[in-house]
Amino acid sequence: MLYNQPNPLEIRILSRRFELPNSQSIETYLATDGYKAFEKALGMSQEEIINEVKASGLRGRGGAGFPTGMKWGFVPRQSPKPKYIMVNADESEPGTCKDRLLIEYDPHQLIEGILIAGLAVGAQQGYVYIRGEYRYLIEIMDRAIDEAYARGYLGDNVLGRGLKFNLATHSGAGAYECGEESALLESFEGKRGNPRIRPPFPAVAGAYQCPTVLNNVETFCSVPPIILQGGAYFAGLGTAKNGGTRLFCLSGHINKPGVYELPMGFNLMRMINEIGGGMRGGKKLKAVIPGGSSCPLLKADECDLAMDFDTLQAAGSMLGSGGVVVMDEETCMVKAALRIMRFYAHESCGWCIPCREGTTWLRKLLQRFHDGMGQRSDIVLIGDLSKNMLGRTFCPLGDAAALPTISIVEKFRDEFEAHLDGKPCPYEHASRLVTA
Amino acid sequence: MTFSPELEARFEKFLAKYPPDRKRSAMIPMLIYAQDEVGSITDELIEEVAKRVGVTPLQVNEVVGFYSMLHKKGMGKYHVQVCTNISCLLVGGAELYDQACHKLGIGHKEVRPDGRISLEEVECIGACSWAPAVQVNYDFYHDVTPEQLDKLLDGLMAGKTPEQIDEVRKVN
Repeated sequence: MLYNQPNPLEIRILSRRFELPNSQSIETYLATDGYKAFEKALGMSQEEIINEVKASGLRGRGGAGFPTGMKWGFVPRQSPKPKYIMVNADESEPGTCKDRLLIEYDPHQLIEGILIAGLAVGAQQGYVYIRGEYRYLIEIMDRAIDEAYARGYLGDNVLGRGLKFNLATHSGAGAYECGEESALLESFEGKRGNPRIRPPFPAVAGAYQCPTVLNNVETFCSVPPIILQGGAYFAGLGTAKNGGTRLFCLSGHINKPGVYELPMGFNLMRMINEIGGGMRGGKKLKAVIPGGSSCPLLKADECDLAMDFDTLQAAGSMLGSGGVVVMDEETCMVKAALRIMRFYAHESCGWCIPCREGTTWLRKLLQRFHDGMGQRSDIVLIGDLSKNMLGRTFCPLGDAAALPTISIVEKFRDEFEAHLDGKPCPYEHASRLVTA
Repeated sequence: MTFSPELEARFEKFLAKYPPDRKRSAMIPMLIYAQDEVGSITDELIEEVAKRVGVTPLQVNEVVGFYSMLHKKGMGKYHVQVCTNISCLLVGGAELYDQACHKLGIGHKEVRPDGRISLEEVECIGACSWAPAVQVNYDFYHDVTPEQLDKLLDGLMAGKTPEQIDEVRKVN
């Protein structure tokens, strides 16, 4: 049973097996073209595999949108060190809940993507780093891995071809920061999840300082369809330089929240109205977080745009991780900014001072503001503090905290002013009604 | 320190996953699974894990302090986690958390006197499209209404296991 009804406008490539009975099992997978892409890749050179991924226009689904084929190309294949494939299943960007489904309903698609990546760079070992809260997914993934070993897709002599590839799950223990690639690697090595300074990037010095391909779950899951049907086919599903489909996670004040697979470049207003069933209770749209809580917010009149990496960047925001959070007219933007900052202050690993101190002070300032004790000068201070964090940290968490805050202060300044002079939050009553 | 045969078998599997000179990688998985059995991260457990992965207890201790799911203080047998992050907040997650505080008479990371139920306000647990969401231990509850939360907490407080509470079902 899916957690939400599918929509007929979806283009179901990665999610095409989600509704099949026993979709987790290797039998279902094999009966629906499973592992055929891997078998095809066995007959391709490393260059050919990477070129196919490059041609697909696939860009990292974790949030940064870096071209996947190019990332794989950075792995020094002549290196004498062992190479690793690392899957980032530490899904924890607020608003994002897609990797859960990809593992829950089709774990073999992920394994096949990992195997193809292994071929492409000459790796013999992979790990799936799964956030600790997703314990049931670790169990699903472990079962799928056991099935793949039993059928010869994993092991010391894969399909009798003399190739070696071993795969294992790895449990996290609760830390947003570990979704950041270098912090994930530190955590994987049994340390605090503090980020590493880059360069060198993981492609050169990743797990155990060895060359490592590190991608998001959805990125790896996109690889089998690319190899099987060709990079050009995948590229054609999306827009220029933004190949394929992606799983958008719709949440917030809409009638039909859910995870939907849509082509890259799908219009955001159509996403809200035709996929999400429109605004709940007939309320007006106020703002949208287009790709997880790290992204600058869009005002209602900025939402008529194509959801791809480049369009969102041009609009001053980011496509991020696909978490589309929709807010209606009764949402207090000060409260939203406060909740987002509380999260980043809690999750800042403390390694870089601008982030550690900045998020904490911003949380205090926003709390004071929401409590009606803010001063006019605080509005400027919130913006300044945020801007001073930008680009001054080892990892993107500092930016992730600053960017939505800057956008809220700049686009919804009137709401901050409405909280001045000890006035109670004008939305408190309304928000209670919504949940009643 | 002795563990159940199941946990010992799991530890053995964990240690075999990583290169022989990289046993430290098994530390965090060992800690979280051991915590489930022991109830909390005790000093004894820290020493045991340190010994098994070949590091000092201090190196384990600094890791324990970093991760939000690792607790030195024991939580209840049923650890109720209510998400109040942005997607849940928009559809009543904060109100659910307040409701849980009142009903259980405890706050964030507190345990009821009988040691059976504890509460935590958690950050995003990855159920944004089916918000508001609650986790009891590792089980997910989606689209939770105030009535459902009442029934879940009433049931737990009356000594039932989550499986015995018919009106509210985990989704995973």
